Amino acid sequence: MELIDLTLIWIGIIGLGIFMYVLMDGFDLGVGILFPFAPDDESRDLMMYSVAPVWDGNETWLVLGGAGLLAAFPLVYAVFLPALYLGVFLLLAGLIFRGIAFEFRFKARHNKFWWDRSFSIGSTVAAFAQGAVVGAYIQGFEVVDGQYAGGALDWLSLFTVMTGLGVVVGYALLGATWTVMKTEGHTQRWANRMSQRLLIGVFAFFVIVSLWTPLAKPHVMETWMSGIRWLWVFPLLTTLVTFWVWRALRLRQEATPFVGSMLLFALFYIGLLISMWPYAVPPDYTFWDAASDPGSQLFLLLGVLFLIPIILMYTAFNYWVFRGKVKSGGYYH
Amino acid sequence: MELDPLLLSRIQFAFVVSFHAIFPVFTIGLASWIALLEFLNYRTGNPVYEKLSKFWIRVFAVVFGMGVVSGIVMAFQFGTNWSAFSLSAANFLGPVLSYEVVTAFFLEATFLGVLLFGRDKVPRGAHLFSACMVALGTFISSFWILSANSWFHTPAGVELIDGTFQVRSWLEAIFNPSLPYRFAHMALASFITGGLVVAGVSAWYLLRGRNPETSRKALKITVIMLAVATPLQLVMGDLHGLNTFEHQPVKVAAMEGHWETKSGAPLILFAIPDAEAEKNHFEIAIPKLGSLILTHSLDGEVTGLKSVPAEDRPPVGIVFWSFRIMVGLGLLFIAVSLIAAVQLMRGKLFESRRVLHVMSWMIPLPFIAVLAGWFVTEIGRQPWMIYGLLRVSDALTPSLTGWMALTTLIGYIAVYTVVFGAGIYYLRRIVMGGPDPVESLPEAPAGGPKRPLSAAHAPTDDDVRYEGA
Repeated sequence: MELIDLTLIWIGIIGLGIFMYVLMDGFDLGVGILFPFAPDDESRDLMMYSVAPVWDGNETWLVLGGAGLLAAFPLVYAVFLPALYLGVFLLLAGLIFRGIAFEFRFKARHNKFWWDRSFSIGSTVAAFAQGAVVGAYIQGFEVVDGQYAGGALDWLSLFTVMTGLGVVVGYALLGATWTVMKTEGHTQRWANRMSQRLLIGVFAFFVIVSLWTPLAKPHVMETWMSGIRWLWVFPLLTTLVTFWVWRALRLRQEATPFVGSMLLFALFYIGLLISMWPYAVPPDYTFWDAASDPGSQLFLLLGVLFLIPIILMYTAFNYWVFRGKVKSGGYYH
Repeated sequence: MELDPLLLSRIQFAFVVSFHAIFPVFTIGLASWIALLEFLNYRTGNPVYEKLSKFWIRVFAVVFGMGVVSGIVMAFQFGTNWSAFSLSAANFLGPVLSYEVVTAFFLEATFLGVLLFGRDKVPRGAHLFSACMVALGTFISSFWILSANSWFHTPAGVELIDGTFQVRSWLEAIFNPSLPYRFAHMALASFITGGLVVAGVSAWYLLRGRNPETSRKALKITVIMLAVATPLQLVMGDLHGLNTFEHQPVKVAAMEGHWETKSGAPLILFAIPDAEAEKNHFEIAIPKLGSLILTHSLDGEVTGLKSVPAEDRPPVGIVFWSFRIMVGLGLLFIAVSLIAAVQLMRGKLFESRRVLHVMSWMIPLPFIAVLAGWFVTEIGRQPWMIYGLLRVSDALTPSLTGWMALTTLIGYIAVYTVVFGAGIYYLRRIVMGGPDPVESLPEAPAGGPKRPLSAAHAPTDDDVRYEGA
């Protein structure tokens, strides 16, 4: 077992899983966040059609994140969930309400209004809760003997509220640029305008969080100030990509804004990991402290290395089947 | 008032898992039913199968959706309320639950999109393939979940070192002694549940003279299936019981209401068990039959509850009565299925209104039977989380307070009430709408160009025809 660092491989796999989740459920949650602002019911129908065949699969990455953490980093699972107890409930309640809206909205005659609300509020709450989880991770946890020892609302602070809002705006950007890519006409024009505003918002949150985090967390400051110089390429790239997306939106390009927004998320994500490295449960426990038994890590690794590529293949197939612009009436008829 | 986080967490887990369980148990059977219909449609091109499949896919989508969202909750319950247990059992539980996600969850969720929305977007073979993958996914999923669950009851292949389970043999741990029985028992229960619902709905249509062609076809297939599956379940249940008797004799003692260990134990039909007095009131029993069933000998020795101290016994009354409800309903299913099968053979089933009425009343009963069965096995496991190794009271999240547990318990009850209410409401509407009439199927040569999206279909809803869901 000394030859290969299984824990390092598992950081990669879980990292990929969570990132897949953020990107994929990010845009379909974003569609939900934007729902109340859509110009008309026709646009709302189109937006929902565009994510209906894929949201199930997207959300599965979250379940993989949960089960994967239990398998590879049980300490993370056993500290984060109790510490974020009420936040986790909000997250799940939000996901439930938006999930069932997919089925019920199209069956409703008079209650469509309520399922619209269910979809948008559920999506927003779920996105906020996820942002708050990120904030809480940066904040750190009070842990005694491998068990969370803090209070029920320790996670809720000005900082986590801000990261929560940041993720809401970020997911909304993914949803808006996705809508630009998948629709035409007035829906697309509206989504383009929204994307531009949201892009400004995302950049603002990026600046605030980037300044606030090192000020609040000395070890993050240390990583960035006395660490490796090439780290500064990340904020630079973020700025460049932001301009690239901005330009694509002004030029009314269709796919570039979505690709660029995903790239922005990738940069935020890598930036976060570098800042927090090597802590899994800050301030005291590294990923290696949080790891499960090497035998368990290996047993699951053998299957996962074989299965993840297959999952990616049929996920790609699913997206390919439903490629192109979504039409009025969509895949429903 | 002092709120007990342990009791509230137990109630919460029982509530969310019971709520979740009723969906998969139905979708496992239904997915196979849809795959069968798609296969028959592919082979024969008979429009009746396509109509039936489209109709049941609509039902499936709603039930599956509720199963998915309530399933996501389950993925986090162990962490939020039972973190001490999670930390202790993660080395086994984590990989097994992860394997469920990567082998099954993704398969179902992804191919569901094609099954629901892709009928006109992919070749017919690919659509059939998607239906099969969804059905396969439901089975793989239940295999892993039941493996994890069985391990709670009959832990094997592990060693407890400093409060943490280390896996010594994955083969022994995954294929632990009660898994084969539990899996077979559950798979049959899923087929019976799906079958009774399909048969009940079809019978209901026939009673009202609606959709006669599709309903007769559906009723015929399911009645034949049920006539085989329900008696088989009796055999399987017996085998499962014997396995439990071998590994968890105290649970069986609670199921049977036996307090004393004795040879030639009776089969108790009715009783009110009294845990305080350690005896039964108003007992009606058949002598020696209990020993005969459990040991296959009239004088076999049967373990009683008093063989272990009171703190190691499960709550007797609820286990005892849930068991009788499950068995009673199982026997009822056998009787109804066999009567329907006889009527079918005599060519009289579709006209026997009394049988059709009874079949339509059956619809809610398999769900009650399944829940009663889970109550027997899970409450019968108490006071252990992992049988004989970890107590439920040692599994709780240390930081959890009573009011936190109460808040989320109330929250889940509120959320699930809305979800369940809406689900039942829309399912009822789908069933009221029924399958599309066979006559209106547009003519299309097999493998030909895409069918026009017919507006002639009687819309079951407002402006949007939402096929498949």
